[in-house]
Amino acid sequence: MLVLVVITALCFDFTNGFHDTGNAMATSIATGALGPRTAVAISGALNFVGAFLSLAVAATIASGLVDTKVVTLTVVAAGLAGGIIWNLVTWLFGIPSSSSHALIGGVIGSVMAASGGSAVLWKGLVSKVVLPAVFSPIIAALVAAAGTYLLYRISRSMTEGARKHGFRIGQIGSACMVSLAHGTNDAQKTMGVITLALIANGTLAAKSNAPIWVIVCCALAISLGTYIGGWRVIRTLGKGLVEIESPQGMAAESASAAVILLSSSFGYSLSTTHVATGSIIGTGLGKKGAKVRWNVAGRMATAWIFTLPSAAIVGAAAEALAHGIGGTLGVVVDLILLAALAGFIYYRSRGSKVDHNNVNAEWTGGVAPSEPAEPVAA
Amino acid sequence: MWINLSALWKIVVFGLIAGAGLPAIFAGGLYALSWGPRTGKLATAGADAGDDSDVLVGGNVLGMVLAAIAFLIVLAAIGWGIYEVYQIGHPPVKK
Repeated sequence: MLVLVVITALCFDFTNGFHDTGNAMATSIATGALGPRTAVAISGALNFVGAFLSLAVAATIASGLVDTKVVTLTVVAAGLAGGIIWNLVTWLFGIPSSSSHALIGGVIGSVMAASGGSAVLWKGLVSKVVLPAVFSPIIAALVAAAGTYLLYRISRSMTEGARKHGFRIGQIGSACMVSLAHGTNDAQKTMGVITLALIANGTLAAKSNAPIWVIVCCALAISLGTYIGGWRVIRTLGKGLVEIESPQGMAAESASAAVILLSSSFGYSLSTTHVATGSIIGTGLGKKGAKVRWNVAGRMATAWIFTLPSAAIVGAAAEALAHGIGGTLGVVVDLILLAALAGFIYYRSRGSKVDHNNVNAEWTGGVAPSEPAEPVAA
Repeated sequence: MWINLSALWKIVVFGLIAGAGLPAIFAGGLYALSWGPRTGKLATAGADAGDDSDVLVGGNVLGMVLAAIAFLIVLAAIGWGIYEVYQIGHPPVKK
């Protein structure tokens, strides 16, 4: 049973990496600073390193959100199912929604279904998850707008070509920082959940830190997921929101990296997705004449609002089902359903494939490019 | 207190310093690097490389020194920042 839960958690971490590659690398890929494949490889490696860097967020998830006394392995498994399903659905539509909220929503839903609303530490939820979710994109947009303005101002007398070339180099550095930051925040969430499961199982004492094997497994799962690459989300972020030039890309990434790293060290489990999106919008605001596609931004914001409750509902349903059947069998049935759904979504996604070949094709209003795109130099 | 105001303003201030300030220093470095005859900026001879040139190093010695200082500041700041995050993120284990 514990093994099942840990495997599910690692699957979630995989979808997390997969879903969030875009946050770090979308702008570099969009401006051509890095080839798509190189970008995801570097990002994967740095996520691995980042996972070791800070454990503050794992601690928040493991002990700051729900009453660890009521959490059972079934509850954790159901919560994970909620998170994974939401991640896959948003991936299908190419919406960069927050994996963190999907996970937290799933866990909270299943805890509520299992033992009612009083088992949720609402204050921790609001102050460490909901409020950071509201503030972080705004702060990121502010920082990115300021950065964009400064970069264009300082470099205005350079030749166009030199500017593009120079900031592409800078972008590689800043994109690496985002990947690192992503590891410090997102890999932590799964560590937190596995720790929660271990506490529920009695393997660990309450309020423990994540053991080293958990850190290593999570780091591996997220970097693997990152390497596989969520091309759909990369496309929406890199091409859909704003058309990006390399100074803007660098400003966006620096802003994201700074905000995520700072928040990680305060233990705020914020969504790297929200931050990256805020930054990209910020660079659109900081440069004269740049256009922000507010309709795309609006679609994302809607998905964000729905993420927590929807994942919570799926988590609650999974918990009810597992509980109804009972025991290990209940969890197994949950996971089989989950796998079936995942397969179906994968099958659906084949119909409108987005991969490293067409990720940068001209934005025509939808996630999938309307016609076979020119291959991107890889 | 539901909003941790002290954490919030720290994130904003340090976010601006690191997220906008460091790239600005980097940009300053690029700009200084571009001084000199080869890019046509501060050109002494009429060696204008044209607007689509992507030559980064202009050849001016002062410019190159300033650029090196700027890039070193950025790298040092990143290194220091990572170290700080590591320190904060691994509190001493309570026995």
